[in-house]
Amino acid sequence: MKLALITDLHANREAVEAVLAHAQSQGCGQHVFLGDYVGYGADPGWVVDCLQAHLADGAVAVLGNHDAAAVQGPQPTMVPDAREVVAWTHQQLSLSQLDFLSKLPVSARDGDRLYVHANAYAPTAWGYVTARLDAVRSMHATDARLTFCGHVHEPLLFHLSSTGKVGDFTPVPGVPIPLSPQRQWLVIPGSAGQPRDGNPAACYATFDTVSGDLTYHRVPYDHEAASAKVVAAGLPQRIAQRLIDGH
Amino acid sequence: MDTEAEPPRPGSRLAAGQVIDGFRLDEHLHQGGMANLWAVTRLGSDDPMPLIMKVPRIKGGEDPTSIVGFEVEQMILPSLTGTHVPKFIAKGDFTGQPFIVMERLSGDSLRKRFDDAPLPVDEVVRTGALVATALHELHRQHVVHLDVKPSNIMFRKAADGTRTEAVLVDFGLSRHDFLPDLLDEEFELPMGTGPYMSPEQVQFIRNDPRSDLFALGVLLYHLLTGERPFGAPTSVRGLRQRLYQDPLPPLAWRPDCPPWLQELVLRCLEVQPDKRHQSAAQLAFELQNPDQVVLTERAQRRARSGRVQTLRRWFAALGAEPAERGNAAAQAARSPILLAAVDVANAEPALLESVRDTVQRLLHTEPGARLACLAVLKINRIGMDELVDKDGGSKHVSLLVQLKHWARPLVQDLEETRPEQAGRVTFHVLEAPDAAGAIVEYARKNQVDHIVMGARSSGGLRRYLGSVSAEVVAQSDCTVTVVRSLLRSTS
Repeated sequence: MKLALITDLHANREAVEAVLAHAQSQGCGQHVFLGDYVGYGADPGWVVDCLQAHLADGAVAVLGNHDAAAVQGPQPTMVPDAREVVAWTHQQLSLSQLDFLSKLPVSARDGDRLYVHANAYAPTAWGYVTARLDAVRSMHATDARLTFCGHVHEPLLFHLSSTGKVGDFTPVPGVPIPLSPQRQWLVIPGSAGQPRDGNPAACYATFDTVSGDLTYHRVPYDHEAASAKVVAAGLPQRIAQRLIDGH
Repeated sequence: MDTEAEPPRPGSRLAAGQVIDGFRLDEHLHQGGMANLWAVTRLGSDDPMPLIMKVPRIKGGEDPTSIVGFEVEQMILPSLTGTHVPKFIAKGDFTGQPFIVMERLSGDSLRKRFDDAPLPVDEVVRTGALVATALHELHRQHVVHLDVKPSNIMFRKAADGTRTEAVLVDFGLSRHDFLPDLLDEEFELPMGTGPYMSPEQVQFIRNDPRSDLFALGVLLYHLLTGERPFGAPTSVRGLRQRLYQDPLPPLAWRPDCPPWLQELVLRCLEVQPDKRHQSAAQLAFELQNPDQVVLTERAQRRARSGRVQTLRRWFAALGAEPAERGNAAAQAARSPILLAAVDVANAEPALLESVRDTVQRLLHTEPGARLACLAVLKINRIGMDELVDKDGGSKHVSLLVQLKHWARPLVQDLEETRPEQAGRVTFHVLEAPDAAGAIVEYARKNQVDHIVMGARSSGGLRRYLGSVSAEVVAQSDCTVTVVRSLLRSTS
């Protein structure tokens, strides 16, 4: 079966719609959502409803730090931009939507695959996997051969051999990578709703559970419309600009 | 070759007759350092393609080199296509019995010919052109082989049954631009085969396709002289010698080595990749067009550099870090071969000028490009042709003169702006009954990336000659630009 791995949707309806349509064209049979459904974007309610519909349809979803924050409401420790967005998002969501988010699991396991938002070693401390050492720490913390996580918005791939050698790789969109069963892999598909590698196109990945091929994708979407909605919602200008720049 | 049904070797559980994932082991063919090879049959398949199964040897516990090399080959081989690689069929991973099943090539590897080196010059040249052509195909698919050596080169008859093609095997040390390099961090020693390893491989650079040209240079040197240019070092210190000590020129071993061939072989063996040919296709091109090789001081060498020169290089090599380089396919794409097919004898001046302008623009945008100018001398299909005109001059020479005259402004412009590129402009007159067929065949054989030629214009004869471009567009594998003259002809 082909899985669609989608993460860091960040209330970006235009991006999520484009990614879901692309995943359908790829023949994906199951969706896996790796957290951060809300925060930053202008359509938190729509994205949460969309997620609920997919879950009813057999999808898997785990909790992200922005989802936890939206449930909790703004905290004094947050930076001003984040506090503003969290407060706004919290207001936008209905009680039942907040309740749904609050009940999402921190991680999920399916055979040799682990799904978790930030990392496997301390999932709710939300530490980022940005370098080889973080990746090794995460892979050592699980016996799952494959870890799929989000949190980091740039697409990345790490691997750890049986002799303890670690490597990292910046994936090329559209090229299937056969994930050798002889090693552990940590897959970061990259953010669907707020890409940060200089390319505004939405990120996600597909994984074929039979062939073992992983493919990263970039899906162009109407990021100008999404950005305009952020401005119209009265959210910080900087957040709107990020969607245009992809940074 | 071992033809007996092999009993299982120590440490190997396999035996003839055993079935693995639907493949029956028929015959144990070879035991190498890293793997065993078995002839196999796919049960229930009527595909006549002979198959081979490669099974890694796991030596005493977990041996990282053979395991990771096998992982790498399992990752890269399925992504490769074309006639210059064995066709991938199936793979099995280390959770069960690890294997790769691929097309079995008949015949021997090039290894066998090495026992007879030095070989005749024309055989060395032919072999070099075949291997360079295969390497270019590989580089175009974003892969650097990184273990080019005689035992990894096989041959097959091309689909048309007339030509021979080289087939590259064993991708255990290879590197794919678009896939993770599992070997990158794995080992603390340079990876490759001692005698063939390029200087940059010694320095842990694994993404430069020109490394394969260095290895091919070593191979050609050996075939030509019967000697290895850098011996067979087994230590890192021994390997590093090639960073500063140049090889004895082939002419010192073999006085009948043509200077142009020495030029090419020594260029392959340059320490700096920038001084080698910039793509395998450019090397293949020169091996097939020896009269077009620009001879430099390399062609004249009779001895190694003096001690002072060597010492200077030794200092330069101390702690020298090779520059980061691009990737395999980008390097190949940056060095395209451009073919200007020009009907110098018949086309109208305005069209000839337009073709030249187009070529010039392309050369400006591709500083690494090499330009081949081609004219076709039409001959009859049957019977002897009069290739000497009424005045006793050779038509062939006359066409060549016209072709060079046509290209003069281009060459002059290059000499002023990029002298090195000017030296890479070559001229060819082909004699053929069918101009389009000759152009297409030439482009294919020389791995031309882009053909530029003039379009049909008015007039009876022109219409006939002009149809050549339509035929070339239809038949050729590469990009074709058909140029029309914007200046209306007055005739």
